[in-house]
Amino acid sequence: MTTVDFAFDAPATSSTDKLCAHCGEQLRVSAKDKGSEAQFCCNGCAAAYHVIRGLGLDRYYSLRRAASGEQGLRPADNAAVVDVAAYTQVATDGKISLDLMVDGLSCAACVWLIESVLAHDRGLLIGRVSIGSRRLHLEWKGEAADGNRFAASVERLGYRLVPFDPASLARAEDQTGRRLLRALAVAGFASANVMLFSVSLWSGVEMGPMTRNLLHWLSALIALPAIAYAGQPFFGSALSALRSGRSNMDLPISIGVILVSAMSIVETVNGATHAYFDGAVMLLFFLLIGRFLDHRARGHAQSAVQGLLALRSRAVMLLKPDGSVVACRPEMAPPGAQILVAAGERIGIDGIVEHGESELDTSLVTGESVPVCAVPGHQVFAGTVNLTQPLTIRAVSVGDNTLLAEIARLVEAAESRRGRFVVLADRIAKYYAPAVGMGALFTFIFWWAFLHASWQSALTNAVAVLIVTCPCALGLAVPAVQIIASGSLMRRGILIKNPTALDRLAEIDAVVFDKTGSLTEGVLELNHPEQFEMDWLTLAGSLAQSSRHPLAVALVRAASQRNAKLSHFADATEEAGQGIACGQMRLGSRKFCHVTRTELPAGPELWFARGDAPPICFTFSDRLRSDAPDVLDWLVRDGLNVVLRSGDSSEVVKEVSESLGIKDWRSSQTPTDKVATLEALRIGGQHVLMVGDGLNDAPALAAAHVSISPSNAADISQNAADIVFQGMGLTPIRYAIICARRARRISRENIALALLYNLLVVPLAIAGLVTPLIAAIAMSSSSLVVVLNSFRVSGGTA
Amino acid sequence: MTVILYMVAASVGIGTGGLILFLWALKHGQFDDLEGAATRILYDDPPP
Repeated sequence: MTTVDFAFDAPATSSTDKLCAHCGEQLRVSAKDKGSEAQFCCNGCAAAYHVIRGLGLDRYYSLRRAASGEQGLRPADNAAVVDVAAYTQVATDGKISLDLMVDGLSCAACVWLIESVLAHDRGLLIGRVSIGSRRLHLEWKGEAADGNRFAASVERLGYRLVPFDPASLARAEDQTGRRLLRALAVAGFASANVMLFSVSLWSGVEMGPMTRNLLHWLSALIALPAIAYAGQPFFGSALSALRSGRSNMDLPISIGVILVSAMSIVETVNGATHAYFDGAVMLLFFLLIGRFLDHRARGHAQSAVQGLLALRSRAVMLLKPDGSVVACRPEMAPPGAQILVAAGERIGIDGIVEHGESELDTSLVTGESVPVCAVPGHQVFAGTVNLTQPLTIRAVSVGDNTLLAEIARLVEAAESRRGRFVVLADRIAKYYAPAVGMGALFTFIFWWAFLHASWQSALTNAVAVLIVTCPCALGLAVPAVQIIASGSLMRRGILIKNPTALDRLAEIDAVVFDKTGSLTEGVLELNHPEQFEMDWLTLAGSLAQSSRHPLAVALVRAASQRNAKLSHFADATEEAGQGIACGQMRLGSRKFCHVTRTELPAGPELWFARGDAPPICFTFSDRLRSDAPDVLDWLVRDGLNVVLRSGDSSEVVKEVSESLGIKDWRSSQTPTDKVATLEALRIGGQHVLMVGDGLNDAPALAAAHVSISPSNAADISQNAADIVFQGMGLTPIRYAIICARRARRISRENIALALLYNLLVVPLAIAGLVTPLIAAIAMSSSSLVVVLNSFRVSGGTA
Repeated sequence: MTVILYMVAASVGIGTGGLILFLWALKHGQFDDLEGAATRILYDDPPP
């Protein structure tokens, strides 16, 4: 293994223009590499760089920059490694396999790097990364514990690995997608071959009854097994709908396909002129295409669920009574155990601080962007991040009893309250199936009672009605629009996670916003940096460089933007939750800087004292997303009721809502309050769109009629929202609403077209004039018209 | 007209062959990572 040889030095001069050779972050303290010009921000980056260089894989940096615009990942300091040996599976031939989820995978260069690094390990048989499912599959022979070595060599590069539970592995594999694809292949094969026979039957060439019968029998031979196999997705769904007393589109489809097959067999046995095997398999083929594409479009959402798993299954460092430290899964830690939490680590349990003083980033749980101070006796929650100093925590509740698990339960409860939203197509199916049945019954009675036909020929005509009304175009009408709409949204960075989300989004009449991270960017900015004198800003910024507190980071950023020449103070000391001191200079809270003013601060603030001069105050605010006023204005003009509910203090929320013209706002809202607001609006008869991020919004996102979340949101919140969007602006919300409405309009047009087709063919069927040729032409042309009309949904812009 | 029988057998045979090939590929994970396969060819093989 490459030995890492570098020395820390802290240059007294400016270092802001130097970047870490591995992760590309601006350097504060640099770990210089002996023998080369490369500089690093931390030991982890230096080690990762040496591993990559040592194996001759330097191209990774240029590949990754080219592919994703990013440098490498910073390896976590003191990363707690989970013992992966417990997750391995042993095959009968002695091969050991392990599946890990890779966090931080951004592009193909990462795949190349991981596979190349693993290829250097001779003990490994297979090491393959799938970028779609973010999964690393390892196979080797030997000891199960070897897995830890492989995992460590990948973690050294900066990627985090989370083992897949073997039990949930089967679920992670896309069984449904594969089954649909198999059914699609069989239906495609069958419809192509049966159509070959049908074309010769239709071609008009005089054909003896023997030949015709032969072709019918061959068609039956191919079509019947194919229908039995490829029709299962529809038959199964129709059967379960029947059992629960509902009706869906699969019911008329199943009835139609089964009746067509049965009648065609009877016709073939009797040696009649017409058999409809081609229509039946073609119908299944078309419908399966729609079903498969629909499933594929939604596949991306599943990775968010795996992200939630990762959030929970991070290891905690358990301090044993004898002083030794072991890494274990959070749910294995008994209440009362002492847990060590390193700086920068996410806390895995709920507990009480025993030793140490630090600051916690609680944004995931409370939505508050300013860190809170943690001192002994302070209660901490799973999901928060320890920022500055190591802490020792006594576990109070673990696993299913943590706040994180509690919120996950709230989400579940809210989702079940939302109930079953009936999609447009199913609402039509409710009337469609009985209407078609009545039509067939009417045809039978009409022929038998009024025209005095034999009951056999009356029945044939009745069945023909059921055949031509089999909802091929109707089955495609909505999915085709959904696929094209969600594809068009995906290209704009908007991901539809729930299949009915677009339907629901089209009918909203109120929008509830969260503030932090939704209306705002969730990043603190220094207010009016131009009002400060340059030398004060430079000194304060230089002092702030030695802290990772968000306010200090914001100050450094603002100073750098004004081109301040920041220097590094080697003897600066930081007191957790108080501030930074260096000689005569102090940067921090009011108390820390001996300021005796008593009026309440308007928001987060930092004071800077320098010798005897009066201290100055830096105030910070969370900047609004740049297009927020435009989007809000559009929403109001569109007649939507815009509401703001925030967990922040009232001063900040008031300022934001006044600048945006939101009349209905409330501050200091707990997750339960937000859900109550949504309930109140719902009872008032409004359909509410919830826009929010953060774990604290997750229950509200799940309780709303439809919800949308920015993609920098925490994993669980992505899990609860129906729609997720990327980018710095709110414009995607407007585009999604417009697109949803257009999709609804075109879906309705499609349904109207499909019903119009029925109006044209049903009289023919009642009159007994439908031949297989007419059925095939009508079926495929109506499907084609519907699909072509669906393409209009992606045309035009917002 | 016996030529029809040969033609039918040939067309169905070819179709079945294609179907079996596709199902085989599906079962052996050829369609599991379409995105990765598209970009993987752009990079060199890992050094031995």
